Parts: sequence; C-alpha cells; structure tokens
Amino acid sequence: MDTIDRRGFLECMAWAGTGLVWVFTGGVPSSRVISPAAAADTKLGSFTFVQISDTHIGFKGQANGDPTATLQQVVDRVNALRPAPAFVLHTGDQTHGQKAGAFDTVAEILKGVKTERIFYVPGEHDVFLDGGKDYLDRYGKGTVGGRGWQSFDYEGTHFVGLVNVLKYKGEGIGALGEDQIEWLEKDLAPLSSSTPVVIFSHVPLWAVYPQWGWATEDAGRALGSVKRFGSVTVLNGHIHQVLQKVEGHVNFHTAMSTAFPQPAPGSAPAPGPMKIAEADARRLIGVTEVTYVPGQHSLAVVDSTLG
Amino acid sequence: MKILTGVILAGVVGAVLTATHVGAASTAAVGIQEFKFTPPALAVPVGTTVTWVNHDEEPHTITSATGAFGSTGLSHDDTFAQTFTRPGRYEYFCALHPRMKAIVIVK
Repeated sequence: MDTIDRRGFLECMAWAGTGLVWVFTGGVPSSRVISPAAAADTKLGSFTFVQISDTHIGFKGQANGDPTATLQQVVDRVNALRPAPAFVLHTGDQTHGQKAGAFDTVAEILKGVKTERIFYVPGEHDVFLDGGKDYLDRYGKGTVGGRGWQSFDYEGTHFVGLVNVLKYKGEGIGALGEDQIEWLEKDLAPLSSSTPVVIFSHVPLWAVYPQWGWATEDAGRALGSVKRFGSVTVLNGHIHQVLQKVEGHVNFHTAMSTAFPQPAPGSAPAPGPMKIAEADARRLIGVTEVTYVPGQHSLAVVDSTLG
Repeated sequence: MKILTGVILAGVVGAVLTATHVGAASTAAVGIQEFKFTPPALAVPVGTTVTWVNHDEEPHTITSATGAFGSTGLSHDDTFAQTFTRPGRYEYFCALHPRMKAIVIVK
C-alpha cells in the first residue's frame, strides 16, 4: 500500500487545486480532499463564512518576503468562492508588531473582499505597543463598551468575538478577564441550548501548548458557559497551523496564517516564523471556509493552502 | 538598521555627578534569539551602554519591569541601546512575549 506523509498529502492536494475537509469520528480527526463542486453543494438555509487570520502585514522573512501578496491571493480565493461567504472573520494579528502603516495596508487589501461584512478581534501583535488604542480606534466601534468584544446572530447561529490579548497574565498566556467572561455569560443566557454557537478569538481557547503561551488562562470559565449548547465551534488563530480537538459538543479549530507558518508545538526551541523556503511555506499558509448546514451537528470547516 | 536610544532622565543627572568615575564609556551587548535574551543576567559597571540586537524574525521589545526604560517593537536585526548611569538591578521583559525575562545588574 502506498503511504503518504502530511506534507506529501498537502502537495497532492495543492496540485489538485482542492481543499481539505476535516471529519471527526469519536474525537479522532481525519481528512479527505474535496472538490470545488462538492464545496459548492449547498442546502436551503445553509451559509458559509470565511476565517482569515494572522495576516502579519509588515513581516519580512525567509518564509515570506511579501505578506501583502499572499493576503491578496487569499482575497482572490475568497472572492472565487461559490456561494460567496456571508461574512469574514479576521482572528487577529493583522499587523506584524504594529508596524507603521500596517493597519492601513490590511484595510486597503480587505476592501477588495466581496462579502457583506468583516468582523475583527485583535491579536497581541495588534495591541502590545499601545495597549490596543490604535486597534480599538479602528475596530472598537459597535463592540461592547468599545473594548473589542461583540456578539451577533446570523441565520439562527450565534457568533461571539472575544478579546484575549489585552490582559496577558503570568507567562504570556492569553486571558479574557472577569468583565468579559461576565458579559459572555449574560450574552449566552437567553439563548436556547439548540442554538449553534461560534466563538472566535485570537489566542486558542484551549491549552494547545502553554509552554509557548498557546493557551488562554481563564478560558475554562468561558467554556463552562457554552457546555449546555448542542453545537459549539471555537475558531482561533495565533499558532499559524491547523490543529483541532473535540470536547463534548465543542469543536476547537485553529487556522493557518496568510503570512507564514509556525512550528508544530514543541518541535522547535521556540515559536516564531519558520525559516523555510517561500515555496514550502505556501503549502502551510492559507484560509479557512466554514459552512453551516441546518440539521447537522457540527459546522464543516475546510482549510485550503496557497501552495 | 534602525538604532533606538533611550536615556533615563534621572540617569542623566546621575551621569553628570559620577562622570569622573566612569572614565572610558564601556559597552555590552545582549542578543535576542529564539525568544531568549542572552545573557539572561548581565552585570556591568555604571555608565555602560547596553545594546540589544533582535536576531529573531519575530518582533520583541526591551521593556523595563518598572517602566524606567523601554524600546518599541524591534524587527529583525533592529537594535536598542540604553545607558545605565545608576547602580541597581534592572529587570526587563518582552512586552509581546512576557515570559521572556532578563536582568541588567549595574554596579
């Protein structure tokens, strides 16, 4: 029997010009290649949205000399989706270390996305220099108290965007803070347990790898408030790679970056941009498409790479 | 390469008062690589200018634990220099990765 490693698999996938759909059976993730035709197979009342993450405009390194170009490629890909996504979520790190002009560049490129609206949450790179002032001036409007977090409903699904990069605690691990958790509990309280819930934030809300700060210290209480729901999808960024986990009715998923990959947890001395050739990096960066189909327990999450 | 320089105001006064003891200005370097400050503890005489160089592609900062000094985000190969004109233990960290901690001990 032919065997193929993940990288080889991704190469085949890229060659075929298709995406990956992840399927969970008893908590064990597996993947299969889907064709664009299958992706476009929609049912009445279903909708799709797109998650882009970690655009890191301002980065320049071995893996990517021009993240504006790869972001533009992602935008072109999003614009080719049929049906068009209802909206887009940007799960943070728009900028690489708040590099001067980076927020403007991101805004300019994302103007080209053919969608109704783009929702944002900040990454630590967007806020660490000024405590989030510039970010909140741009994206705080319409959020709770102008503090960046928010919720909205779309076609019966409840979406919550959380901020977990403004209260770094301890060892550089994300944190939500008491105020936000209390707001979340109140926000979810009136909802029926059959309401599908999608929570998005930058730093993972599950302990991916606390040694590298890839966790949210006080996520436990926040997640306690979604346990009663039958379908919960948690979408995060920060770690620049696809990782998934299922816990009860909660599906956790982290997205690729549109700029550069980071090493698998613990596989390198430190996190940070992988120093690999651009062509190899293209196979590890990309975009996530999520489809909600009424009557199905979990949302279909499809990641596709640029390579 | 961009060079960022910061001087503590109180330190300037101190430098004037102790200038005769300082003699030739000494220098020291701290490298930032793989999310670590090297050396993590640096002992220098009063009057030393310490220069940090970021070798990572990830930005880092040099941020004083007391707010006494601090850099903005340092990109790859950026440097930041700070002159220490008073004895003391100067703890600092990276604002983007607070687990990165180190100290300059000025004697």
